[in-house]
Amino acid sequence: MAIKKPAPKGATEKPTAEMLMSFYREMLLIRRFEERAGQLYGMGLIGGFCHLYIGQEAVVVGLQSCCKPGDSIITSYRDHGHMLACGMDPKGVMAELTGRKDGYSKGKGGSMHMFSREKGFYGGHGIVAAQVPIGAGLAFAHKYKGDGGLAMAYMGDGAFNQGQVYESFNMASLWSLPVLFIVENNKYGMGTSVERSTAGGDLAARGVPYKMKTMVVDGMDVMAVREAGLEAVEYIRAGNGPVLMEAKTYRYRGHSMSDPAKYRTKEELEKMRAEHDPIDGLRAKLIAMKAGDEESFKALDKEIKDIVIAAAEFSQTSPEPDASELWTDVLVA
Amino acid sequence: MSVQILMPALSPTMTEGKLAKWLVKEGDKVQTGKVIAEIETDKATMEMEAVDEGIMGKILVAEGTEGVAVNVPIAVLLEEGESAANIKDAPAAAPVQKAEAAPAQEAKAPAQAAPPPPAAAAPQGSIPTGPTKMMTVREALRDAMAEEMRADDRVFLMGEEVAEYQGAYKVSQGLLQEFGARRVIDTPITEHGFAGLAVGAAFGNLKPIVEFMTFNFAMQAMDHLINSAAKTLYMSGGQMGSPMVFRGPNGAAARVGAQHSQDFASWYAHVPGLKVLSPWSAEDAKGLLKAAIRDPNPVIFLENEILYGQSFPVPEGELVIPIGQAKIERPGKDITLTAYSIMVGKALKAAEKLAEEGIDAEVINLRSIRPLDIDTIVASVKKTNRLVNCEEGWVTCGIGSEIAALVMEQAFDYLDAPVGRVCAKDVPLPYAANLEHMALPQVEDIVAAAKTAMYR
Repeated sequence: MAIKKPAPKGATEKPTAEMLMSFYREMLLIRRFEERAGQLYGMGLIGGFCHLYIGQEAVVVGLQSCCKPGDSIITSYRDHGHMLACGMDPKGVMAELTGRKDGYSKGKGGSMHMFSREKGFYGGHGIVAAQVPIGAGLAFAHKYKGDGGLAMAYMGDGAFNQGQVYESFNMASLWSLPVLFIVENNKYGMGTSVERSTAGGDLAARGVPYKMKTMVVDGMDVMAVREAGLEAVEYIRAGNGPVLMEAKTYRYRGHSMSDPAKYRTKEELEKMRAEHDPIDGLRAKLIAMKAGDEESFKALDKEIKDIVIAAAEFSQTSPEPDASELWTDVLVA
Repeated sequence: MSVQILMPALSPTMTEGKLAKWLVKEGDKVQTGKVIAEIETDKATMEMEAVDEGIMGKILVAEGTEGVAVNVPIAVLLEEGESAANIKDAPAAAPVQKAEAAPAQEAKAPAQAAPPPPAAAAPQGSIPTGPTKMMTVREALRDAMAEEMRADDRVFLMGEEVAEYQGAYKVSQGLLQEFGARRVIDTPITEHGFAGLAVGAAFGNLKPIVEFMTFNFAMQAMDHLINSAAKTLYMSGGQMGSPMVFRGPNGAAARVGAQHSQDFASWYAHVPGLKVLSPWSAEDAKGLLKAAIRDPNPVIFLENEILYGQSFPVPEGELVIPIGQAKIERPGKDITLTAYSIMVGKALKAAEKLAEEGIDAEVINLRSIRPLDIDTIVASVKKTNRLVNCEEGWVTCGIGSEIAALVMEQAFDYLDAPVGRVCAKDVPLPYAANLEHMALPQVEDIVAAAKTAMYR
């Protein structure tokens, strides 16, 4: 059940109530999906590692609204939100999480390794920062083919001290590749804060020596993200080369399901939730705009809940992959 | 409708835990995302959030209870207006109960123990039998790339010094002039980065040829070769792979010391999802590289610097050597010598010396390391009953070890002597000329190993 996105019109457009409502809906879908994934993990239906995106929804929803069909998207292993924002079917995503035949990778990839060529989603990568040069390569392909597309390469702040990130910045800038590098700074790479891991502390500033346009955006505000995204995308499509955007955000849950997040205070988390929640924030805005009332929000809540419950059910009724699948897809015949 | 809240598994290995604390009491309103309890796992104390909303109807497992099995109901959530009286006094004393195995977890029929025979897509190739032309391995490689680039705009070459410098070893001579800077691309010295970038380009439907100045430097890029290029087809359920070639000189050159002199064939041959080729002659070089570029999979193409300048006859016309087929370079009846890359030449020289002593050796040029043409090797062993493998890599877990194991499995009764392994000595390659010569496998080593296998 893909979500219809408003087409981007350019950096100067004013947000309509309809557009805001669609963002609200999309963020809510990601959050409810992730909560349900957490529950299925708790029931032992999802195994291994499972990294939830709760709290960061505005980043991907705002930025993906700036994309056009044919653009390429790539991210790390915290990827469920990105897939939903790319319009991938929640059923197929959830069925991959449970390792079933109808999952996007036939159950052979799992939470961290999912792809949809059809939706331009190139993973889902389990090695921290490996997606960054691959993202630059997707941009290289767009430029080589001259198809007008661009690549969105997402990474976390934890990836930001890997050498290959800077190898990618260097080549992307040198060759003017159409790529938007997004660092989703949720303050912690697993349990290590940006302060304890990243000299200088200013992430966006690391684009400057590579002569990249750099931007910093409030990643808890979907409209701020969209505005910045439109500006970045316009700049890139005009042939000006790559952009580095730092989205300041926050993940509510631990790094993965088994992380109790003792490296931060409860107060820090509570303050973020109470004052900066991207979904609550937009809901308040929509109510103030009279774009919706309690009744319509309730109906929307139910609609999203039904989608997620259907996905959860599907992910449990879809069979495990056939034993013969063990041997397929190793090589293209 | 009431909803049961189950004891969650909060780590990949958790089977039971302590319900440390309830943060809501019966009658409280619960919203999705609200932290309702603290659970102690085998690793840490974790917060448990509500997934559904409603009224906390009944707490089934009291706080402080230890050993609560995963998936046991610990509370019941009611919809607004629903009464707690309806809740059956469910398994309140749940702790000792075993969690029911999730339906999917049950063991299914075991999967096949061995892979089915490789999808026998008939290897496509074309080896003209007409006139030949002498050319160097270097020229053959260049011609292969040029022909494939002419045929397919998606093919491009990237690497250090491949364009303006014309190749660190002059393999890409003239390509920039013919194809321009769009398709012949000088990279910075940044192996990890450009290997990853090339994988992305392959995901984007291009067909990159990545030149490593030598394969020693590809260790910097190993993660992308294995984790990104080799595994993605499988991890994506067949949706997208990496049609690309990683090529460059491999193995020892001359007096360049330990860090620049290593044969990586067995490293790459270990990995499902890769093909590994290693040409010896100019014919191999041209025909195999063209096949590699056309192949829809990631191919590791291991060249040899010392061979670049050597000349061989190459058939004229369209030459594409099927991947996975070895070539019998010299037929013989007494002993089989298998070899790849520079060792093929040494094995042929050894065969000449053996002939002087009345031993008729068959020399097989493996050409393809993965997939390995074990059928040709086994057929030869069935004839000669003796086998020596010759490689420049180290002995431990080498290609020779693999061939010995396969021949043991498939031709055990045909062997009249243990399989011999001629390899580099088990040391980093020394610089001093005499030590280097001792460390690398020489013609005399092959002759000696063959005679051992002949009990002579």
